[in-house]
Amino acid sequence: MDHLNLSKFCIRLGDHCLIMAHRQSELCSNGPFLEEDIAQINLGLDLLGQAEALLIYAAKLEGNTRTADDLAYRRSERQFHNFMLTEQPNTDFAFVIVRQYFMSLYLLKTYQVLAEVDDDTLSGIALKALKELSYHERHLSMWILRLGDGTDESQQRIQTAVNELWMFVGELYEEDALDLLAQQASYAPKGEEMKSFLMAQITAKFAEASLTIPDSIYMTTGSKQGIHTEYLGFLLTEMQYLQRAYPDAKW
Amino acid sequence: MERGFVKQLRHMQKNTQQNKQMSETKDTEDTQGKLWEVFIQSKKGLPFKHFGSVHAFDKEMAVQNARDLYTRRGEGKGMWVVPADAIVAVDPANDACFFEPADDKVYRHPTFYELPDGIKNM
Repeated sequence: MDHLNLSKFCIRLGDHCLIMAHRQSELCSNGPFLEEDIAQINLGLDLLGQAEALLIYAAKLEGNTRTADDLAYRRSERQFHNFMLTEQPNTDFAFVIVRQYFMSLYLLKTYQVLAEVDDDTLSGIALKALKELSYHERHLSMWILRLGDGTDESQQRIQTAVNELWMFVGELYEEDALDLLAQQASYAPKGEEMKSFLMAQITAKFAEASLTIPDSIYMTTGSKQGIHTEYLGFLLTEMQYLQRAYPDAKW
Repeated sequence: MERGFVKQLRHMQKNTQQNKQMSETKDTEDTQGKLWEVFIQSKKGLPFKHFGSVHAFDKEMAVQNARDLYTRRGEGKGMWVVPADAIVAVDPANDACFFEPADDKVYRHPTFYELPDGIKNM
């Protein structure tokens, strides 16, 4: 992969992390109880760290025409390439858990492959992130079990979240030209491999948690071309407010 | 169908109810779950020290919450989490006999030994 494509590859991955980090930051002081509030923010902090490292590297690969901050705060909706799943709102605690659980599996697999690449910066980022993600997966899958196998209400709420979010999972193993380039260079798993990993993990966990995978076969597509659900615009409005209102503001 | 977690929760609720009956003064149950005490070992070989407490509904959640609160900045190498109601405490106000230093009995205090220079953490 040449520098420009590798930079695009890093921006995609960085965008997933950045947008999720912002969603997690919205939970600050709104968690169900103090300890879980802190736990959720910690997940967000880890993701923000990964986003920063990836966007800094992407900016460098581009030739330093933009900084990581420019990438995060000066791009508009259509220029973001995060999965639609990552921008879905914190409708209730079950939605947060399901969204983050699916993404934690995706990131685990992604970083496992990246940890092996012949690029010290990327493999370094991936190795550090793997430790964080294995904890994310552990914490989130505990909640999948707890809510799925808890009371009638918790079961119904998390099943609703699964049903509502399921159509966004298809993007996680979809492939476009850049993905194929990354796969050729062994920077990313094949779409089929990602899909079978996700399905195996989710099927096993859902069986344990008395949850069912929806029958629907419709899957959204488009984030790789910068197409998003209506939620991303509102998220960016808030996330980018300061840099938009006071360009180059620093403290 | 009653599966693992539900069973565990039921069991905990039962235990908590029994504990409540046993000691009315110590109420550790609220909507945030049970209270757990966290002990951290800062270095291998050193004793575990009390660090604070966390709320959680079971053991797995207790260690995870303790990790999020207390060990994210390299504070320790080891961690114990103990249900607060499993700790038997002595009330210093009412049980002076546990704590009287017996200052008049010098032979009880090992002050006549000299510690070799190499010994740390004593």
